[in-house]
Amino acid sequence: MVSVNYYLALSAILFTIGALGVLIRRNALVIFMSVELMLNAANLVFVAFAREYGVFSGQIFVFFVMTVAAAEVAVGLALIVTIFRSKQSIDVDEMNSLKG
Amino acid sequence: MSGEIFLFLTLALIAVLTALGMLFSKNTVYAALNLVINFITVAIFYLLLDAPFISLAQVTVYAGAIMVLFLFVIMLLGIQQISAELNWRSLILPGVLAAILLVEGLYLMLARTGAGLAFSVTTTAALANPSEMSKQLFSDYLLPFEATSILLLVAMVGAIVLTKKEKGGDA
Repeated sequence: MVSVNYYLALSAILFTIGALGVLIRRNALVIFMSVELMLNAANLVFVAFAREYGVFSGQIFVFFVMTVAAAEVAVGLALIVTIFRSKQSIDVDEMNSLKG
Repeated sequence: MSGEIFLFLTLALIAVLTALGMLFSKNTVYAALNLVINFITVAIFYLLLDAPFISLAQVTVYAGAIMVLFLFVIMLLGIQQISAELNWRSLILPGVLAAILLVEGLYLMLARTGAGLAFSVTTTAALANPSEMSKQLFSDYLLPFEATSILLLVAMVGAIVLTKKEKGGDA
């Protein structure tokens, strides 16, 4: 049986790659994908600990995190489409004015 | 035993490589497709962890719905306009910060659990049963479950309002 530590280490690596993506990429779509990667890494820890302690709470929380992620992506992509219409770009460095 | 560790290491390698591929790909479509493979790999991890319902929800919601939404927006905006250059010179400071974060995360999580902790619960037939999970979801977690329906409704209305073109204006 693979120990829970392996899953924790993998999740930490995936979370770090996601955080690095938010820091270095200037494309708003790729930044969103990196956020999804970080949420996914957190989900992996939830399920690993649910397995570790034999309770359903971790799995149910992952279910809620998926719902929140879906809502976040829907609103975020709508924002990206709106910003692209007014500025013709989704580079986050160019989003520097409150009034489009 | 060695078979499962071999499976885990292979899948972990695929997951890390596709995550890095998402991070460094110049084309946004390739980034999205790399992330789809990553999500499917994580779904297989959920199967290994006795969570079949979460695994299927991962494939349908994440790899299916969310990533198709991403690809749809990429196609809608046009790939040429949104392919952002990656500046290797600006990678140093975020790289150092990410390395610090990785060390901190590994230390915090692995120091608490102790070395070589095997899964303590061995009887997991109940854990892999979705109907048992739904009993708890619809009793103990009923209020958060209802709250998510409001959340999804608000997100749906918000997305429609944000992207709707106004009749008078040019926005």
